[in-house]
Amino acid sequence: MIPVTYYIIFSAVLFSLGTLGVLIRRNSLVIFMSIELMLNAANLSFVAFSRIHESFSGQIFVFFIMAVAAAEVAVGLALIVTIYRSRHTIDIDGMSSLKG
Amino acid sequence: MTQNDFYVLLPVITLTIWATLLLLVDLFIPRERKGLTALLAAIGLTLTLFISLSQFGQQATAFNNMVVLDGFSVFLTALFLLIGLLGVTVAYSYIKRMGLERGEYYALLLFSVIGMILMAQASDLIVTFIALELLSIPLYVLAAIAYPKTDSEEAGIKYFLLGSFATGFIVYGIALIFGATGTTSLAGIITAIGVQTANLGLLLIGAGLLLVGFGFKVGAVPFHMWTPDVYQGTPTSVTAFMAAGAKVAGFAALLRVFALAFPLLAPQLAPVLIILSALSMLVGNLVAIAQTDIKRMLAYSSIAQAGYILMAFVPFGNANVQNLSISAALFYLVAYTLTSFGAWGITIALEKTDGQGLKIDDYAGLGRKHPLLAVAMTIFMLSLTGLPPTLGLVGKIYLFRAVMAGGYYYLAVLGVLTSLISAYYYLRVVVKMYMQDGDPQVTRETWLDLTIGAMAVLTVIVSFVPAPLFDWASRAVLALF
Repeated sequence: MIPVTYYIIFSAVLFSLGTLGVLIRRNSLVIFMSIELMLNAANLSFVAFSRIHESFSGQIFVFFIMAVAAAEVAVGLALIVTIYRSRHTIDIDGMSSLKG
Repeated sequence: MTQNDFYVLLPVITLTIWATLLLLVDLFIPRERKGLTALLAAIGLTLTLFISLSQFGQQATAFNNMVVLDGFSVFLTALFLLIGLLGVTVAYSYIKRMGLERGEYYALLLFSVIGMILMAQASDLIVTFIALELLSIPLYVLAAIAYPKTDSEEAGIKYFLLGSFATGFIVYGIALIFGATGTTSLAGIITAIGVQTANLGLLLIGAGLLLVGFGFKVGAVPFHMWTPDVYQGTPTSVTAFMAAGAKVAGFAALLRVFALAFPLLAPQLAPVLIILSALSMLVGNLVAIAQTDIKRMLAYSSIAQAGYILMAFVPFGNANVQNLSISAALFYLVAYTLTSFGAWGITIALEKTDGQGLKIDDYAGLGRKHPLLAVAMTIFMLSLTGLPPTLGLVGKIYLFRAVMAGGYYYLAVLGVLTSLISAYYYLRVVVKMYMQDGDPQVTRETWLDLTIGAMAVLTVIVSFVPAPLFDWASRAVLALF
């Protein structure tokens, strides 16, 4: 039996990897995947914590997060596709027409 | 769902039904008569405003303490509905002129307003999170609604990526708070801290992550990088709506969550808030000086304004000052909404269809060609600086009073000094308008003119009789505790 705290440590590692990914990677799809990784890290810790506290509300929260993340994916992918059509790249370093 | 649950959420329910029907009805409105959609959206917002105001003075919770109805939520709901109405009036002619007239514009705007209202009513972190997404996702779409214009697309993707990044922090923060206390309800969290069953270290990290997330949403330094780019690339009518709406909603959540659930963490959180607010005031005002584009200048100015509001929020854990500090923040949010909508309205009037007319140099000669517009712009610039006779000055006096009552004199001094710096770039616009000759191209349109005029008049008049509004704000806060 794996102790519950291992899951929480694992989720912290996942969250840090997601944050690093957003900060380091330049492809908007990969950045987007890193953001999803952050959300899933939160999901994992919710489930683990709800095991510790023996309460269901954490598990229900996970469903809400998944639904909202799906809505975000719909908007995000639509945006990325539109950008690819007009620029033929989704590299965020190429997006620098706005500056002052 | 009992009758009480239904009543507490009545504004949200009404507006949701209205927005969904609007999306359907819009299908049958021909392309050349999309003004009708705008009218319907405005009617829905006005109707909800009346419903919300009729709930004034009531106090109730619903859905097992998930949402509340109190003075604080009614105050902010009214403000959000006003922001929605102003968002419709400034957009009406602008999106027609820019060829963006799509029916979904107004439906998305209404959905975003629903999210903001829910944010003010949330008393459980789950609801706060859902409200935050409900307000943000339509804004991501609205930011990119001028596609295939590359600026708008770029603003959309930048706003989306950084907004979801912030959401990631908020969700993980909520997860840690849940882990520390075993509950996500604000009342439950404070009880768990009170009976010392909470894991304080974990709770503090969670609260810190929440602060990072909300810092992104309100555009506080060092989480402000997206603000200038997004404000510049987004169609100006959306920027006006987002500059007021998203910021006020971010502060609504911050005020409620931190004042209600984390007052006992104040000794640890106050230094962080001090740094955030001081940096926002300094960086926002200093970088704004270098801007030549009016939209970017207003973006940096909004960062600085966020700093001033955060400054009042620093003594949130001090029970004696708490009321004063949060009501000052609420008052300033109203002042900021009126002033910024006016300033963005004038930006819209001067913007041309080819995207020109957005340089500060384009304002040269406005004083001679369109004296009334120039007077209105002068009022807004004075108000943003915090000079009499405007609401900006009164709001800042309340903010400074709250900070000093909390004992943070050096922050108040910093606030005054940065206001002095800001006078340089705000008054530069005024000097351009009156002292230099030029040929500004202005689009006059009834609804836009009315909005600008109303904002200018309100900014001046309310500054002479601020007491009723401030009383309302402080009674709203009193109901919070």
